[in-house]
Amino acid sequence: MILTVLGFLLLTLLVIVTGAIVRTANLFAAVVLLSLFSLLMAANFFLLDAADVALTEAAVGAGISTVLMLAALALTAETEKTASRLKWVAAGTVTALTLVLLYATLSIPRMGDPSAPVHQHVAPWYLQNTPHLIDIPNVVSAILASFRGYDTLGEVFVVFTAGIGVLFMLGMRRFPAGKRRIPPPQTLGLKHHLVPRTVGTFILPFIILFGLYVQFHGEHGPGGGFQAGAIMAAAFILYALLEGERRALDIVPPRVLMLLLASGAFLYGAVGVMCMLLGGNFLDYNVLAADPVAGQHLGIMLVELGVGVSVTGVLLSIYHAFAKREPA
Amino acid sequence: MNVQLLIDTASWILLLSGSAFVFLGGLGLLRMPDLYTRMHAASLTDTLGSLFILLGIMLQMDWTSSLAKLVAVIGFLLVTNPTATYALANAALLAGEKPRTAPAPEKP
Amino acid sequence: MTEVLGLYNYWVFAVVLALGLYTAAAAPNLVKKLMGLSIFQSAVFLLYITMDKVEGGTAPILRAGVGEQIYSNPLPQVLILTAIVVGISTLALGLAIVVRIKEEYGTIEEENIRDMDQS
Repeated sequence: MILTVLGFLLLTLLVIVTGAIVRTANLFAAVVLLSLFSLLMAANFFLLDAADVALTEAAVGAGISTVLMLAALALTAETEKTASRLKWVAAGTVTALTLVLLYATLSIPRMGDPSAPVHQHVAPWYLQNTPHLIDIPNVVSAILASFRGYDTLGEVFVVFTAGIGVLFMLGMRRFPAGKRRIPPPQTLGLKHHLVPRTVGTFILPFIILFGLYVQFHGEHGPGGGFQAGAIMAAAFILYALLEGERRALDIVPPRVLMLLLASGAFLYGAVGVMCMLLGGNFLDYNVLAADPVAGQHLGIMLVELGVGVSVTGVLLSIYHAFAKREPA
Repeated sequence: MNVQLLIDTASWILLLSGSAFVFLGGLGLLRMPDLYTRMHAASLTDTLGSLFILLGIMLQMDWTSSLAKLVAVIGFLLVTNPTATYALANAALLAGEKPRTAPAPEKP
Repeated sequence: MTEVLGLYNYWVFAVVLALGLYTAAAAPNLVKKLMGLSIFQSAVFLLYITMDKVEGGTAPILRAGVGEQIYSNPLPQVLILTAIVVGISTLALGLAIVVRIKEEYGTIEEENIRDMDQS
């Protein structure tokens, strides 16, 4: 009961924050509010028993997305120029849609109803068979990497393609030599700010350690490649913010980024092909080891590693592509 | 002497005082006149309030690995929260936000 | 009372979806439009995750030795988990396009861009 009330309050706050984002003309404020929106969303996901999703939303939505948006704003504009008038056609259509949706909610099962159609079909099968087919505690990881491995392979390639797209659009140019008189602030980082730099350097190893924990403990607790990739990328983005673009790109040069980006997706596909070569179906990990369950463990571990490496590579390359670009 | 009762009482005192601090922080955020005083209100109470709430929760828990995780969370909160506030204040000062000061007292 | 609270998540979904869609359609600024899309997307995430909840359930991480435990539905969680990361990647792609538009046109206001295209 208390959790339902807490969820009610959080969702009400969510609506208020959304309204504020829509109304404000200051894009900078909108980005900060969007980060708050993601945090509220993550809290709601956690209340709704989706620990893995909450972890992802907190790392991606509240962390990386905010940094990316700020980097994009530095390259474009911080406020809306033209005043946003109420557009009657759009407002009318959207209101009509909302009314239809609200009307539709009256005929769907209420939240948490165990007899809702969504809980009848495949989900019980997954919950029942994960222990003896795959034998890992986290059913979300089992479905993600094994039962619906094709789906996840597709998603990894979408992420990969989006990363390639950003790099085509913005490029990973080297720093122009000699052209510059004063380096722009974002290439300097926070070198002259002692406190954030010291504290940042202090917590950085812990973030990386946590990323590795989430990656390799993902079969037993909430975690997995997507979350770990986002956390690792956040750690390296923090380093770039603290020490400046130039130092960060010395540590992880663009070549390595490209390698990460491609090798993660490649590892995922290669595991699938390996299964075929060993006489199974594509992404059928049972054949990877003598014992089917051990094969599943190995396959899931490798596939999650591929996801983690790929997501780290893509998010980091995207960040660097934005951060290195000079404002027009 | 009932140890359980003692622990429960201590935990409730911590939880309630933590909530009170967070509430006061929110109030200060709304009522203070300019950016720096607002930040002051929000950051101090937030650090202390969340510390108390986490300690209160820890008293309610058994000896599991979750306890160690909460200790780590407290450690990170104590380190990152003041740093974030410092960075924010520093950025505001660099961006030219002037603290609002009382007008100089007029000489009679 | 429980009837109302049981549907509240879906109502929030509808309202947040509408606000996001309106921003994506009507905001004059391209970055703001992308924010609208992002909000729209998050509303869909909320819909899916709301569906996964089972009363008295817990996160679908199996624990040995706990007799009859109800677990929430893991399938919507898997779908949304991957969708969040795909969402940030596509958002980044959109932002990259906006940055390039700014470099070519010098503005990210929709009306100004349309004027420049027509002249």
